[in-house]
Amino acid sequence: MALDEARVDALDEALDEAWELAPQVALRDEAFGALAYHFTTRRLTFLKSRDLVDVVRLLGGSTTLREALDAAGVDAGSWDAYARAVLALADGDMVRRREVAA
Amino acid sequence: MTVAAERPMRLVEHFEHGLDAPICLTWELTYACNLACVHCLSSSGRRDPRELTTGQAERVIDELQAMQVFYVNIGGGEPTIRPDFWHLLDYAVAHNVGVKFSTNGARITPERARQLAVTDYVDVQVSLDGATAEINDRVRGAGSYATALRALDNLAAAGFENAKVSVVLTRENADQLDDFKALAESRGATLRLTRLRPSGRGADVWDDLHPTMQQQRIVYEWLLAHGESVLTGDSFFHLAGFGESLPGLNLCGAGRVVCLIDPVGDVYACPFAIHDTFLAGNVLTDGGFARVWRESSLFADLRAPQSSGACTQCAHYDGCRGGCMAAKFFTGLPLDGPDPECVQGYSEARLAADRTIPAASQDHSKSGSSHAPVFVPLGVGPAAPPARSCSEHPLEGFHPHVDHQGVARG
Repeated sequence: MALDEARVDALDEALDEAWELAPQVALRDEAFGALAYHFTTRRLTFLKSRDLVDVVRLLGGSTTLREALDAAGVDAGSWDAYARAVLALADGDMVRRREVAA
Repeated sequence: MTVAAERPMRLVEHFEHGLDAPICLTWELTYACNLACVHCLSSSGRRDPRELTTGQAERVIDELQAMQVFYVNIGGGEPTIRPDFWHLLDYAVAHNVGVKFSTNGARITPERARQLAVTDYVDVQVSLDGATAEINDRVRGAGSYATALRALDNLAAAGFENAKVSVVLTRENADQLDDFKALAESRGATLRLTRLRPSGRGADVWDDLHPTMQQQRIVYEWLLAHGESVLTGDSFFHLAGFGESLPGLNLCGAGRVVCLIDPVGDVYACPFAIHDTFLAGNVLTDGGFARVWRESSLFADLRAPQSSGACTQCAHYDGCRGGCMAAKFFTGLPLDGPDPECVQGYSEARLAADRTIPAASQDHSKSGSSHAPVFVPLGVGPAAPPARSCSEHPLEGFHPHVDHQGVARG
């Protein structure tokens, strides 16, 4: 279906993009993962897995989301799920796309 | 480490076991208050001479920063009465501890409003308990309605965005919900509605002021209809017994994800539980706030599995989880039974029977003050005077997206 294909494209695109934690966001580790707090919007989000926290922390130093996932040791079979999570975090401005110097 | 994964804990279970630091907390900076609201949670009025010094308060903020407590709800008393209030506010913000403070508005002058409008990470909450002066001033005191509206006008004129109008729901204002919302929105503010607790002086007026069952139903429908455009600080999770859960964290966070620091540095399990029974320790004498949070035996008990007695047999238990611990305690009901405002009516028999209201551990009321309001229920006597809402739920302002970012482990 066209809609599903569009979703897959969006995930692929997200995997190939460069991301970073938004500068106004702080992470606090907890047993379940982490709290992410955005000081400007005052939104609190719960990152519900340690692996996701690792990936988010690695975003800024990676050229793509794929690279961050690989560095975090995330199994390639679940990369789409992580791409969805990163897009959801981007909706709340918790993470943002990063311009990469050519 | 074993490879076989156990069933992962749900987030709510993590919360019930307590976090490494509170998500946010309430800090009553002073018991001093220019008002004497009849339902004040902290029985405020007179300043406690043992109040934390500026330096001691700064050390608490340092600890909150180190623990990554991102947000603190400051109240009182009237916190702006402290001469160092504006300094502490700047100090907190400079140390990555955002501030929301509650005020009756008396000191929100045009100049202060302009200052607040250019300060990041500060949120202002003006207390108002009636959409008309008549209803408000009976609880909060003569002139307090005009004071609150002047503060909101000053904030709006200064360009302060999205102040909060903080209303404690009572029997007398429960039919003013639309008026409150319009009043807030006309000033670019957001309505915040919280539950009347029988704590502090609230114990004296709760029987007369808590909403009727019929009003609870109306408020429930109204909150469902307005969703997240009205803030509630997760105050009304006991209403989940009507059917649907309201937005927010539907659990008691006392000592698990929230707590309260009082003006002398005592740490209590929640903002509605200033009583020796819920005293966990003191930031000065027990080795600092972090140590109290992590090592207090009271908090350890609250983080252990709780017995909810007969409530666990109820079809609505997953929604309300037995309701509010403080509300039960201060109405003399057992903590392992239903909330005094159980919408299924399971507490009615107990409320009607003999019960012992716990004696207050402390009272900062200005005794004998001619200005103090004496509450007389409507229709029984002449319009009576004032009160101040010191209410502040620590989770207010957060919009937890509990179910969105859970990535299944691959």
